[in-house]
Amino acid sequence: MAFLKRSVLQIVPTLFILTLIVFGLVYVAGDPVSMMLPENATAEDRALLEEALGLNDPFFVQYLNYIKDLITGDFGNSLQYREPALQLVMERLPATLTLSLMAMGIAIIISIPLGIYAALKRNSFLDFIISGVSILGKAMPNYWIGIMLILFFAVMLPIFPVSGAETPIHFVLPSVTLGVALAAEMTRLIRGSVLEVLEQEFVQTARSKGQKEFIVVLRHVFLNSLIPVVTIVGIQFPQLIGGAIVVETVFSWPGVGRLLLFSIGASDMAVVQAIVFVIALITIVANLITDAVYRILDPQIKYK
Amino acid sequence: MNTNNPLARMVAKIRNNSSPLGMIGLVIFAIIVLLAIFAPWIVPHNPFAIDATKRLIPPFWVEGGSTTYILGTDHVGRDILSRLIYGGRVSLLVGLFAVIISGAIGLLLGLLSGYLGGTWVDHVLMRIVDAILAIPTLLLVLVAVVVFEPGLMTLILVIGLTSWPQYTRLVRGEVLSVKEREYVQLAQTLGTSHTYLLSRHILPNVVSSFIVVATIGIASAILTESSLSFLGLGVQPPDITWGGMLNDGRNYIATSWWIATFPGLAITITVLAITFVGDWLRDALDPRLKTRRGWK
Repeated sequence: MAFLKRSVLQIVPTLFILTLIVFGLVYVAGDPVSMMLPENATAEDRALLEEALGLNDPFFVQYLNYIKDLITGDFGNSLQYREPALQLVMERLPATLTLSLMAMGIAIIISIPLGIYAALKRNSFLDFIISGVSILGKAMPNYWIGIMLILFFAVMLPIFPVSGAETPIHFVLPSVTLGVALAAEMTRLIRGSVLEVLEQEFVQTARSKGQKEFIVVLRHVFLNSLIPVVTIVGIQFPQLIGGAIVVETVFSWPGVGRLLLFSIGASDMAVVQAIVFVIALITIVANLITDAVYRILDPQIKYK
Repeated sequence: MNTNNPLARMVAKIRNNSSPLGMIGLVIFAIIVLLAIFAPWIVPHNPFAIDATKRLIPPFWVEGGSTTYILGTDHVGRDILSRLIYGGRVSLLVGLFAVIISGAIGLLLGLLSGYLGGTWVDHVLMRIVDAILAIPTLLLVLVAVVVFEPGLMTLILVIGLTSWPQYTRLVRGEVLSVKEREYVQLAQTLGTSHTYLLSRHILPNVVSSFIVVATIGIASAILTESSLSFLGLGVQPPDITWGGMLNDGRNYIATSWWIATFPGLAITITVLAITFVGDWLRDALDPRLKTRRGWK
């Protein structure tokens, strides 16, 4: 219960500031009127529409109206599609979320064994290689990785398709592209976290009790080093979604990222706002889940 | 040596903690900077000159290539090497100035928030930081770029004004811990002025971790800039950017791989060099960060 109360206390002000940022940007960007009217519209038409849209109201009043609409889930209509903006975003959200979750899955599958191995065989040749590759993985821009993967695995070796999201095989290149940087970051962190756990007393105790190394690593080291990893996954989530925006462009992925770029190009601010808001909301929820999982993991494992 | 001067102490620490990788990074970075500064006098060809008869010439080691165009030409016949050298200018400018802006804001607000820890100012600032960190940086930058006209100044301002929260959070944490130290507490009870306390006792202790994170910040700013240029929302043609070159090459990847490959390499090498320098500084100045960030 205390956790719930604390979460609400954190979310509400965050959301409030978020709405201010998003609304403020659009307020500054302004002039939806000339977007909506035909070229030959008269000054009276303009004035009428401005009045109807409430654009002559003071900033504060406009903001309050905006919040009122938000609470009812009304982000306004898309200028491009003449559909509710939120609905458009929701239609494309699953594609982006699937891509992000697949990337995260790939990152976890790669980084956990590599990170643990590198820590156990600290300063060995393979540790050096693993550490080096993970620094490299963070330095490469993800869209470039995508283009290089297309070059190697779609052009030179025609194994994977380069665009679309119809079949499972379409997922391979985009999710690997998006997952590389995260895998690199996580490998680094897991290595460090395992090294820290290895030095702790209970591991030494378990070893001195004559437990098999395999059991020691699995039960004591692995589970304990997972705790910081959970936090990292949570922290990295917004950056992962941010990366998805670019990766979707490379692979013509039918997700929110492409919708965003398209809407930006068309100055379709209702959709842009809806996207920023939805993604921020997802991030906040992801952080809460991370926090909760952390709380569940921590006492149980530590005091086992 | 005057060991009371925090700057001198810092330089000494960096000197004493030599790192081969860090040196390599520094040398590579210096070369990239020099190439960018002296680009107009170094480039073998005019990087803007379009020549339809010289389209899509491959690098010299590939069949059909020539040593006149060492790294080949792009889809309108411009020399890739010359464009790469010019492209570094935008990336370095944006990286450097964006970090100066975000670092200054972040440092100031972090000092304020940490010094006034627990007060309403601190709470409000931290909620703002939370809100901005909840939005992916790239998303925030994308939206802001639309509001203002895309261009070099916009890019620097937008990246600078959106990426300060991480510095604020770091500096605040450091200030909070420094404040607990005995000599600071003592100075406080003795009635030392706020300015003196902040500038003499707190700032020097915060600066080293700040420098480490700011160095890495240059690399992130460069990556953000190149992503935006790749998406066509960064510095606009005819100005040359690595991200823009990559975008040009994307459509020719099946036939002319070199157009998109080399700018990506340039970005990667630049970011790697900065990372090496950053890691070196971290090991020398702030060994605590090392364990925190996963290296031991």
